[in-house]
Amino acid sequence: MIKKGMVLMIELVEIEKQFQGQVVVKPLSMVIEEGEFLTLLGPSGCGKTTILRMIAGFEQPTSGNIVLAGKVVTDNPPNERDLNLVFQHYALFPHMTVEENIAFGLKMKKIPKEQQKERIAEAVAMTQLTALTSRYPHQLSGGQQQRVAIARAIVNKPKVLLLDEPLGALDLQLRKNLQTELKHLQRTLGITFVYVTHDQEEAMMMSDRIVILNNGQVEQIGTPKEIYSSPRTLFAATFVGENNIFTSPQGSFAVRPEKLRPQRSEEGSMKSGVIQDVLYLGNVHKLMVVLDQVGEQQALTVTIVLDSTDEESWRVGERIGVNWNPKDEVVIQS
Amino acid sequence: MNKSKWFFTPVLIWLGLFLIVPMLIVVAMSFMQRDTLGNVVYSFSWEGYKTFWDSLYLGIYWDTIVLSITTTVICLVVSYPLAYYLANSSPRVQNWGLILITIPFWINFLIRTYAWVLLLRTQGVVNSLLIHFGWIDEPLQMLYTKGAVLLGMVYNFVPFMVLPLYVAIEQIDRRLLDAASDLGASRWKAFWHIALPQSKAGIMTGSVLVFVSTAGMFVVTDILGGSKSSMISNIIQAQFLGARNWPFGSALSVIFVLTSLVLIVLFSRVMKSRSDRTREGGKA
Repeated sequence: MIKKGMVLMIELVEIEKQFQGQVVVKPLSMVIEEGEFLTLLGPSGCGKTTILRMIAGFEQPTSGNIVLAGKVVTDNPPNERDLNLVFQHYALFPHMTVEENIAFGLKMKKIPKEQQKERIAEAVAMTQLTALTSRYPHQLSGGQQQRVAIARAIVNKPKVLLLDEPLGALDLQLRKNLQTELKHLQRTLGITFVYVTHDQEEAMMMSDRIVILNNGQVEQIGTPKEIYSSPRTLFAATFVGENNIFTSPQGSFAVRPEKLRPQRSEEGSMKSGVIQDVLYLGNVHKLMVVLDQVGEQQALTVTIVLDSTDEESWRVGERIGVNWNPKDEVVIQS
Repeated sequence: MNKSKWFFTPVLIWLGLFLIVPMLIVVAMSFMQRDTLGNVVYSFSWEGYKTFWDSLYLGIYWDTIVLSITTTVICLVVSYPLAYYLANSSPRVQNWGLILITIPFWINFLIRTYAWVLLLRTQGVVNSLLIHFGWIDEPLQMLYTKGAVLLGMVYNFVPFMVLPLYVAIEQIDRRLLDAASDLGASRWKAFWHIALPQSKAGIMTGSVLVFVSTAGMFVVTDILGGSKSSMISNIIQAQFLGARNWPFGSALSVIFVLTSLVLIVLFSRVMKSRSDRTREGGKA
């Protein structure tokens, strides 16, 4: 799994977490490389934040070990771990200015004043906060607060930066901008990022690797491309992007909406059905097709995505045939 | 806008009639005289304020300030750990703690204070126990001392400090302490740099409540302090009820209200400048 020349940054060894006898994170082992952007992706309650908090030191794993840069840190409190966490709601200190907030970590580590100044200036420039250093957090917008939270973390030059849904409270446009900024920042700094989100699009866009979690269990670990093109479980197949799941006597398989092709005549098609809805989304349009029932099987609605090169006019209620290339079928573990 | 104005009218009438008007009367009274029978003579005079410069009253005035500040500081030191512990406990412990703190209020204030007489007097519980165990031969004089007054004040006013502190500490976002710890702060440093400044409002409120209550208290001094340890309030009370010198009593009241105001303003300045200094430190 680890490529040559890569340095191991975090190693999770069979870590498990129970709260009052209830398992929230099932035993999990994995390694995170230096400089990697790793995302823990899953719906709320899947255990992703708990994993992050265990790495940060705010939760103790019930069993298992956490190794950070070759050192076992399982029993170390957060202030003795060389990593920083960007909190979900920023957790900026309200009685301190932007500059004091950013200086806090350096002050705690007793970095000499001169060096503090330099590093703060650097972090402030990198996060475009130079004009705002003497403001208080309540005088800043959500996006600016977010930047302060990031500056406060990266100024410490941690080995690993943990981010707990850092963009969750921002509106869509700002989110998109900050996604690009964050990704750029990570490339520039070369710091390992462990990122928690429930937004699959965000995960796809930013990550080197994604860990898909559901009910405290890892569903799949892989690059965005692997996750999208060959999801291993039903959950992975449906959580990331849209998917159509077919069941056959040999088992289940998935075909992405853009891999399905509609044809005007039902003759010679693999499946047939009635168009239930046509949705125009600008660059693409979608057909929702209710497939004809075959035997005992339940009625299935599939989504077909057509790009703007498709000039046919599809009408609701029309009977059509549906085809796909068998090589686009992805076998799903049941 | 108009509606909200009407909404405040009852409060304004109440405050006007029962706070502002009486205070104005007291201020006016302080510049008057009395005749030999103790009736107020409605003519201007500095008499009340002049009498204050008598060394006896100055001494008591000073003692009152010292005792009030001491009581406030002891209450703060005693209450902060308790409030901090409570605010960080499970809801069950919090509820029980708050009930235990407020239960003494269900018993009459005088009875509670007299209970201390039973404990502290020469043949009281404390002395009997100490003699019984052979730690002392002669009973200690604890009642009717300044220490007894201080004890009584602290005992009565600790809840005034605990409750505002508890409210302030309880409202601190725990994630801020997590963030401090994540940035390398030990538990103590996280407390010092984050929790303590965040609970400043509670410290302010509690301190003012305790200081003002102590300074205005005469019952505790009467019961536990005997005749030797009077406070300014005892003197004021005596002027109005015993000596029938209302102008002098009023003058003392005015002086003490002003003193309290000045002290409170100074205190809030100090509290503010503390955060100013850290601000300066951050920039340096």
